[in-house]
Amino acid sequence: MGLATFKKGIHPPTYKELTAALPVEEMPLSSRVVLPLGQHIGAPAEPLVAVGDLVATGEKIAEAKGLVSVPLHASIAGKVVAIEPRPHVSGRMAPAIVIESDGTDRVAPGLTANRNLEELTPEELRVLMKEAGLAGMGGAAFPTHVKYNLPAGKKADYIILNGAECEPYLTCDHRLMIERAADVLLGLQAFMKAAGAPYGVIGVEANKPDAITALREAAAGLPVQILPLKVKYPQGEEKMMIYAATGRVVPAGGLPADVGVIVNNVATAAAFGYYLRKGLPLVSRIITVTGKGVKSPKNLRVRLGTLLEDVIAYCGGFTEAPGRIILGGPMTGPAVYRLDLPVMKGTSGVLVQTRDEVEKPRVLPCIRCGRCGAACPYNLLPNFLSDYAEHDKLPEAEQYGILDCRECGICSYVCPSRRPLLQNIKNGKQKILAARKKG
Amino acid sequence: MLETEVVVSPSPHLRSGVNTEGIMWMVVLALVPASIAAVYFFGWPTLKLLFASMGAAVLTEALCELFMKRPLTITDGSAVVTGLLLALTLPPTVPVWLPAVGAAFAIIFGKQVYGGLGYNPFNPALIGRAFLLASWPSLMMNWVWPEGSLGWAESATTLSGATAAATGATAGATAGATVQTVDAIASATPLALWRGGITDIPYLQLYLGNIAGSLGETSALAILLGGLFLLVYKLIDWRIPCSYLGTVALFAFLLGEDPLFHLLAGGLLFGAFFMATDYVTTPVTPLGRLFFGIGCGLLTILIRKFGGFPEGVCYSILIMNTTTPLLDRWTVPKRFGEVKANG
Repeated sequence: MGLATFKKGIHPPTYKELTAALPVEEMPLSSRVVLPLGQHIGAPAEPLVAVGDLVATGEKIAEAKGLVSVPLHASIAGKVVAIEPRPHVSGRMAPAIVIESDGTDRVAPGLTANRNLEELTPEELRVLMKEAGLAGMGGAAFPTHVKYNLPAGKKADYIILNGAECEPYLTCDHRLMIERAADVLLGLQAFMKAAGAPYGVIGVEANKPDAITALREAAAGLPVQILPLKVKYPQGEEKMMIYAATGRVVPAGGLPADVGVIVNNVATAAAFGYYLRKGLPLVSRIITVTGKGVKSPKNLRVRLGTLLEDVIAYCGGFTEAPGRIILGGPMTGPAVYRLDLPVMKGTSGVLVQTRDEVEKPRVLPCIRCGRCGAACPYNLLPNFLSDYAEHDKLPEAEQYGILDCRECGICSYVCPSRRPLLQNIKNGKQKILAARKKG
Repeated sequence: MLETEVVVSPSPHLRSGVNTEGIMWMVVLALVPASIAAVYFFGWPTLKLLFASMGAAVLTEALCELFMKRPLTITDGSAVVTGLLLALTLPPTVPVWLPAVGAAFAIIFGKQVYGGLGYNPFNPALIGRAFLLASWPSLMMNWVWPEGSLGWAESATTLSGATAAATGATAGATAGATVQTVDAIASATPLALWRGGITDIPYLQLYLGNIAGSLGETSALAILLGGLFLLVYKLIDWRIPCSYLGTVALFAFLLGEDPLFHLLAGGLLFGAFFMATDYVTTPVTPLGRLFFGIGCGLLTILIRKFGGFPEGVCYSILIMNTTTPLLDRWTVPKRFGEVKANG
């Protein structure tokens, strides 16, 4: 019997050795943080503070607006110095609250610590998820409490925590599972109770045996399975994770809840566990600062809103003029061109590639080798999808399942002609979705 | 702030080490055993043919691209592959200009007119071969047995009745029915002899390659070495050669022929591993590739058994090339989580 996994996929080099053994360091407070109101999928939060207000760490400074939204909390104590558009990872300017530190890190009064899970109802837990400011910390930043508002008639019997960390380079979840196993399990139990799910699974790629051991110790006696998974990309993609853990296939276009599953990242669970234990909402997270372009790669706990320039400086700066700077992992993370961007709830790392590592691809015509289709975990034919999208043959693209693409990037990774398959497919998807909205 | 420029590009920011140029040169490498066997059995002049073909292919590609003011792509290795593949399908006796003309035709009318690499519907090397066969049939059917490889014929039992048939099958290449028996055999390929009822050729000779035939197709051993290399390095999908060879063996058996003979004789192995696996002109879907191989196999055995020529690999693959777009369309794999539409 092999390890649990999904079909197809790829085995890129992991590069995790750069930081896997490094315990998480607490980064000293920056003098100011920039907290975008839109750090999550959905409507941006609405400010509750004004310029000049004094705020304390953990104080709610913006309220969720609408159904798919989460509140935002001050990540340091100090003074609100600006509420204005600031550079955002999306490439645009986006409204943000800027706080200048007073150096005290004074914690907001009235936070409730040591909540008793036994006494909390599922409804209360859902409210707490929201009040904790939780949005998926694996990268997508989807509001957590929304996942637990199951549509009528749907029930979840499995809560799966995603600890695969299949993206190369990243080790933040790895370290979190070792160092914060108790919080992960507390959060998982709370998630299970909120959904009324009897089973919990934590899926971890087998290249993190120390994390598996730590989680197993913390899970002793609980109805939770710590499941080692085959090391393969994209093992941590939601549908692949569900398939590996339960054998269930989420229907195309469907949600995990359709097969009775809710998936959260291990870091999100740990943040919830910490909130229940300490009362402090989501104001910091662990990121992996790594790559050949960084002098001393680290796993760092940083406050939300800390700017990349501060993070890079704390890691000793660049080794040489950087070639490419990526937020998150190299397979799905966006490349950025400025360092005044803040760490947000979904930022899992900063990867700096050197100029030598940045391939200037010589794009050749598609030779129809079929490597993209052979690797695509969704069994799509990316060469045709890309071609249809590129030539605006959108009905054909849809017929070939372009909307089933989860943008894992495998097709572009394997393409020997270095064609921008994923980029074309993304463009095609956007066009189709935009047309649907209109029509 | 950043003081220097950085690259902003869409994800993924890692790429696998396999690139198209690398694949092409790996295919050239996989053809080395067959090329060495060709030189071993048919002598040093073989090298002239191989290089004439490769050189003409590369030169023609360069000239086409210069003429059309398109970027030069000769370093991608695809023209070299076409040239080498074509040369290995030619008889060892051809004059040196023939592969050069064939390669030029293959590049121009098999590849560049369609837009170059990736856009051609037919295997360019086979287009070149088909052109040469139609234009210089006598040159293209002028076979020889490697020196000292006819020992089996002198003691063969079936000779008397078969001579006429053998010479008939190679009409035009020999002086007719009056020649000595062995001389007649000496200018016929094993498949032509089989058509004439001579099936005494030892398997070992067919396997090693000291028989008459095209330069690269005689030695099963050398081809299998190259094919194994392609399979091990995942440069080709096992589905096409396996379904192709399996179909030929099965139908040879059903038609009362010797399956092993049919696998080893003629250009089948070479075609199954090196021609029918050409990415550009064959399906991309797994099921499509299976069907492609089966189709090639059926056509090959039909042509061998009932066609006008003793060998049908080249035309089988070319005909199946025409079905590639349809096969791709009919065999789109079921998507992960695909739900049947209502109705």
